[in-house]
Amino acid sequence: MALDPLFGLHAAALSVQRQRMDVLAGNIANSDTPNFKARDVDFAATLRQTLGGSPAEAGGALKLAAPRGASSGSADTTLTAGAIDGDAIPVLVWRVPTQNSVDGNTVDAQVEQAKFADAALHYQASLNFVDGRVKSMLTAITGQ
Amino acid sequence: MSSFRIFDIAGSALSAQSTRLNTVASNLANADSVAGDPTQVYRAHMPVFEASAEAGGENMPGVKVTGINESQAEPEKRYEPGHPLADAEGYIYAPKINVVEQMVDMISASRAYQSNIEMLNTAKDLTIRTLSVGR
Repeated sequence: MALDPLFGLHAAALSVQRQRMDVLAGNIANSDTPNFKARDVDFAATLRQTLGGSPAEAGGALKLAAPRGASSGSADTTLTAGAIDGDAIPVLVWRVPTQNSVDGNTVDAQVEQAKFADAALHYQASLNFVDGRVKSMLTAITGQ
Repeated sequence: MSSFRIFDIAGSALSAQSTRLNTVASNLANADSVAGDPTQVYRAHMPVFEASAEAGGENMPGVKVTGINESQAEPEKRYEPGHPLADAEGYIYAPKINVVEQMVDMISASRAYQSNIEMLNTAKDLTIRTLSVGR
């Protein structure tokens, strides 16, 4: 997914936040499964990957995808390798447990719920930006 | 873009947790089911959970119940010669079920069930909001 000229970063951010919510949902669902290790999405790396960069890129600044027509080469090739439904595969990191449990499970339900609420809030924020863009485009089209 | 997988994942967890609640109910109901033969005594049931890629996917597994184990704890032997089920030596056998342990398990299962319901509600609200973008 290249940087969308209409929705900007938020189209990609929506997709990554959704993936993050899926992963966190998996953690909460497995909060009582023995030997299950909680994971989370590395948001910055996944977003970079979704925008066509390499997830391991150093430095804090986000690399934006090259504009269409520019031949940067590597932009889309990394994505098609394992992309599911146009999504980049999320970059997952293990959650470091604060308290060990006897059954080897590292899910802390409260932590996961807080992260889930956080992801849901960020999803809504991105959605509001996307919605605002659609509304302003509609205003531009109808002229009202 | 795939739709929310949360529905599958949370759904699998709801089903697993309700199986757990059912086994707790069964264990509590039979906590006092005595028998005159130690092999005939009710044994506590315990579900076994496992992360499963069937719901969700490889990176975001749901949960499934792979089986229900029976407790291997020896039944409790009580001397009650007046009991109609007592064996020749006057003993009856009761399942070794710790009622407090079962209640704690029930609370844990119902809390987990609640978290998953909350998650489903959030996902539903977000999906509805996403569908109404631009309206």
